[in-house]
Amino acid sequence: MSAHEMNLRDWLTSDDPETRMQARLGQGFRLARALARNPLAMVGLVVIVALLLIAAFAPWLAPFSPTEGVLANRLQPPSATHWMGTDELGRDILSRVIHGTRITLMIVVLVAVIAAPLGLIMGAVAGYFGGWVDRLLMGFTDIFLSLPRLILALAFVAALGPGIENAVIAIAITAWPVYARIARAEVLTFRNAEFIAAVQMQGASSWRIIGLHVIPLCLSSTIVRVTLDMAGIILTAAGLGFLGLGAQPPLPEWGAMISRGRSFILDQWWVATMPGFAIVIVSLGFCLFGDGLRDVLDPKQRSKG
Amino acid sequence: MTLTQTMTQAPARKLAQRVWPPLRFVLTVAVTFLGLLAITFVIGRVVPIDPVLAVVGDRASVETYEAARQAMGLHDPWVVQFARYVGDVVQGDLGQSVSTGRAVADDLARVFPATLEMATLGILIGVALGVPMGVWAAARQGTWVDQVIRVIGLAGYAIPAFWLGLVGLVLFYAKLRWVGGPGRIDIFLDGMVPVRSGLLLLDSAIAGNWEAFRSAFSHIVLPATILGFFSLAYIARMTRSFMLEQLGQEFIITARVKGVPERVVLWRHAFRPIRVQLITVIGLSYAGLLEGSVMIETVFSWPGIGNYLTTALLNADMNAVLGATLVIGAVFVAINKGSDALYRLLDPRART
Repeated sequence: MSAHEMNLRDWLTSDDPETRMQARLGQGFRLARALARNPLAMVGLVVIVALLLIAAFAPWLAPFSPTEGVLANRLQPPSATHWMGTDELGRDILSRVIHGTRITLMIVVLVAVIAAPLGLIMGAVAGYFGGWVDRLLMGFTDIFLSLPRLILALAFVAALGPGIENAVIAIAITAWPVYARIARAEVLTFRNAEFIAAVQMQGASSWRIIGLHVIPLCLSSTIVRVTLDMAGIILTAAGLGFLGLGAQPPLPEWGAMISRGRSFILDQWWVATMPGFAIVIVSLGFCLFGDGLRDVLDPKQRSKG
Repeated sequence: MTLTQTMTQAPARKLAQRVWPPLRFVLTVAVTFLGLLAITFVIGRVVPIDPVLAVVGDRASVETYEAARQAMGLHDPWVVQFARYVGDVVQGDLGQSVSTGRAVADDLARVFPATLEMATLGILIGVALGVPMGVWAAARQGTWVDQVIRVIGLAGYAIPAFWLGLVGLVLFYAKLRWVGGPGRIDIFLDGMVPVRSGLLLLDSAIAGNWEAFRSAFSHIVLPATILGFFSLAYIARMTRSFMLEQLGQEFIITARVKGVPERVVLWRHAFRPIRVQLITVIGLSYAGLLEGSVMIETVFSWPGIGNYLTTALLNADMNAVLGATLVIGAVFVAINKGSDALYRLLDPRART
């Protein structure tokens, strides 16, 4: 049977795919279909896509400059020209919130890119080798896991100095242990499976097995966890910004904006409140999408709430 | 192996089986504390501020600098320095705070009760609302009640605590005047209550000063409720999933078939077995609240450990930062491991 005889849908959902690509596309299709049935996950996806688009087209979407304001227009309440009002330097808050998506996105992507592979490798190595390697690496992981993340991040930033790069490093340092634990647990479920033994007997080195056979199988649970963690990362980054330890002015980082608005919170409530709504919407989006993704990719975890 | 050998070895193995798990637990806790110390030690070393320069000033001669460096023990190997650090901490010496001029340990002892009071009230609110909400959501699984509770739970993961604090202040303090503003008590009542436990509500009640009690309560209720909301989110979510697990069991079906009222099925048959599991969850969120109070305290100018930590951060007062990190970390670990131990003691299934 060849592909052009049936329609695309049948080709994708075929039970005996002819090529590896067809199998993978089919898997992706089934996943997408399962996700599409979950309305809350779709809401989350819409939020994430909107975040990406807004970040990509920020300079064209923002009606005003994010860094330069008109002092005569300072602390204006929300109006038709300034939908979210203006801040103490007369800058349009909506434009700053729009440009802030870039900073938020950059932080979550950097943290994920640093912390997830680190945890994944730690967990895969520990789970694959077992024995004293496992005990050593997991002991190290458990120490980090049992310490308060936010406080550790604060202490690290205090040592490294304030700034967005250091905030990213500090958050990544506190984020990886969870991924290591998850990856190890995943590896243990198939460590003694026959396909691992088969590759071993073909003479593959341990590192080759870990890199090409073990880690790919841990990817889906790690991706789920990273998505679920995104909200926490955004909140921590905003918290660091709020305390003046993250992004520095005049960068339009949401947490830092809330912190600036604190001084006029009683009379000009919009300065501090508006960026907060942006944080809530984006975090909620990642939460909802992560929840849906977990139900689809990782059904074992579903009952654990 | 002969029979006599087996018989003499059996009691020994039994003893080992009984002694080893608690021993391993104690060792794990000790190693975790040591790890915490190692982390604060390393953070203290990577600080770009040269501790010697901070003492002698930047115009000191090379000889003075070297002498001071020698006196501060910075020439010693790292292991020796770390051992000395651990020794100091064990004896309660966390160094001097640059900004307050006092010993960090004394400062922390002074501010800790304020945090404890707020977090404790917060967890009480969280448990009192979160557990029933979780049970309710499980009982009405899939209905709008479940959805609403689920969204409230997710909100706990998506709303920044410091922002909610600010919004709460604007709404309930500035606009509605329902609660007191920032701080622990109205200024004119400050210091009027003799300090006994450091917990203002308790102290003013003991002293019989009800005006102070009312003022303290109006100040603590908003930050504690907001903290409680964050623990509620987690507690309700976990209670729901534990309950669903129980409600799927066969004895529940039996009870329902027997005609046991639904309320009894929920609270007696399904809820009782999960109480022990909930201890761990509550312990975990209590520890989380101690940490979460850092942000809330900053917003409410609450004179607790979180506020102390953030003030120290902004002043680059490293001894104070590391001391506060250490204390919060240690309490966090102690509560977590404590609830873990309690769980093992109470749940026969976890005993090995």
